[in-house]
Amino acid sequence: MRIHFKTSYDHDIRLFPDWWSFLVYAALVAVAVALPWIMDDFYLGEVTNVLIWAIAGLGLMLLTGQTGQASLGHAAFLALGCYSCVIFMEQGLPFLIAFPLSGILTGIVGTLIAIPAIRMHGIYLAIATIALSILADDVIVLMAPITDGVSGKFAPMITIFGIEIERWTTPDRFYWLVLAITILCTLAYRNILRSPLGRAFAAVRDSEVSATAMGIHIARTKAMAFGISCAITGLGGALMGFYAGAFNNETFSLVISITLLMMIVIGGLGSIHGAFFGAVVVAFLPQALSMGKDLIGGGSVAIPGLETGVFGAILILFILFEPMGIYGRWMKIRIWFELFPFARKDMFKRQKSYLKTERLR
Amino acid sequence: MKPLLEIANATLKFGGVVAVNDLSFSVEEGEVYAIVGPNGAGKSTVFNLISRFYQPYEGSISFDGQNLLDRKADAVADLGIARTFQNIELFEHATVLQNLLVGRHRHRRTTLVEEMVFAPRVRREERKHREAVEEVIDFLDLQPYRDKMIAGLPYGVRKVVELGRALASGPRLLLLDEPASGLSVEETQDMRWWIDDIRKQMGITVLMVEHDMGLVSGVCDRVLALADGAKLAEGTPAQVQADPAVIEAYLGAGAA
Ligand SMILES: Nc1ncnc2c1ncn2[C@@H]1O[C@H](COP(=O)(O)OP(=O)(O)O)[C@@H](O)[C@H]1O
Ligand SMILES: [Mg+2]
Repeated sequence: MRIHFKTSYDHDIRLFPDWWSFLVYAALVAVAVALPWIMDDFYLGEVTNVLIWAIAGLGLMLLTGQTGQASLGHAAFLALGCYSCVIFMEQGLPFLIAFPLSGILTGIVGTLIAIPAIRMHGIYLAIATIALSILADDVIVLMAPITDGVSGKFAPMITIFGIEIERWTTPDRFYWLVLAITILCTLAYRNILRSPLGRAFAAVRDSEVSATAMGIHIARTKAMAFGISCAITGLGGALMGFYAGAFNNETFSLVISITLLMMIVIGGLGSIHGAFFGAVVVAFLPQALSMGKDLIGGGSVAIPGLETGVFGAILILFILFEPMGIYGRWMKIRIWFELFPFARKDMFKRQKSYLKTERLR
Repeated sequence: MKPLLEIANATLKFGGVVAVNDLSFSVEEGEVYAIVGPNGAGKSTVFNLISRFYQPYEGSISFDGQNLLDRKADAVADLGIARTFQNIELFEHATVLQNLLVGRHRHRRTTLVEEMVFAPRVRREERKHREAVEEVIDFLDLQPYRDKMIAGLPYGVRKVVELGRALASGPRLLLLDEPASGLSVEETQDMRWWIDDIRKQMGITVLMVEHDMGLVSGVCDRVLALADGAKLAEGTPAQVQADPAVIEAYLGAGAA
């Protein structure tokens, strides 16, 4: 078991609590960077897909896990990020400008949409945001002159300082690009969490009354969360476009919104790890299912809705047995090993100790 | 000298219920002032009026010469008014340290972009916040719970954390809604020393609602007795306890 000795306040402010965790993450990044030499192109593409979903998931996590606002409209922001980035590039902007710009645009639109939406709470907000996902489809069709509507668009070649990056011809470069963006998004997320704004998000999530009494402007904070969330999601959407190569009005459907929300719940709400764990499940579930079908000999039979069904079943199992998601399960296993052999069976039971000391009146 | 907090002829109704009835009182800078009264007397409602959660039908509330009614609820903390809640309102899925740091929110000076890149200014500000919070943690003996999640903490500790969060904001006026309710005898004793120190060492004015008359007589300079939203009596703890109207309405009715 590692013990943290705190010698200054910086220990709590630092990105990594100790040398050990710094080394773990440094090793993880090193392996990630070296991956193109280790893996073949097919699996590299799958890992790229995981990272892109993780970016989109981080976006929604900030809103749902951190600030407590559910959204089923995030497919619309994926679409906005994707279309705006590609359209900016078609207008001649280089990727390095078009990409961040698409994130900022998505963030601004998200904030504007949030202003009326955040009056709603919980399930009502989730239902209202469904409309966004559905509307996005129609808006793309209506705006066919710029979006090419039903026929869709092809993602252009990305050029950064003369280096050409494309998902199929240079999968390793595309992977590194996505990796770099993933790391930047994760760092920004972490930085927000260890700053006043991140704590304001948690405050709004857990108690609006006392957050208000502490001087937090509830509506403004929620709108901020919405905006940042949409910006990150928009970046994820742009990368999805480049990953898919082609997209149209049906690419970013309500199903994508639902998948994204399920993903972060399964991964573990309120943690960065959760977005990544959830993304692994989303990206590899189709493969796992087709392997499973091959095993039972039904390889060629298409079963409509199988993926969504299995995904839903996993979600329900998690909500029933591990509401903290994969991340929660992972932490428990880790703590069990760290405490071995002293772990007790009932260690993770929710404690209600205060009932014992409370003087009942 | 003008009083720090002044409430004049405040009235608030919930439907047919008159929760606060033409109530006037004022709290001087540096004193500990208590509001007592039976359940449903309107004590918490007075706090919610000061916090601007409710809008009074009539009357005025001013703090340090400024009209509180001009402000929204989230702009009250900025004046240096902090509070606790009768039914503890903590941020459950955050640690004790994070809860106390939220108390520092009114001192936030950094922008979103600075925070995203964790600019040097953010780090400097964070250090200042930590120092202030660490002082509160020392003062309230919260070290053992520093990095614990609120969910899972004993009731008595939660009460202290909530007091800590209010103190962390560096207030001039502290509103405590039943700080000792549900606490054990020893915990109540601690609370008493803390309130004493908060006034004497930190120079913070305290307005509290409390049922425990031992605690009230121990720490308070003046007491206001409330019944059905109206003032019954006001004075030193001894005067109020001896007041026939108070004995009739409060102590007499079932000797709560
Ligand atoms: N939000 C509310 N809506 C309706 N009635 C309320 C509300 N808050 C308080 N009341 C009523 O106002 C009266 C005073 O309540 P309160 O201030 O909580 O009393 P206490 O002195 O016990 O703190 C009670 O009759 C209560 O039922
Ligand atoms: Mg009350």
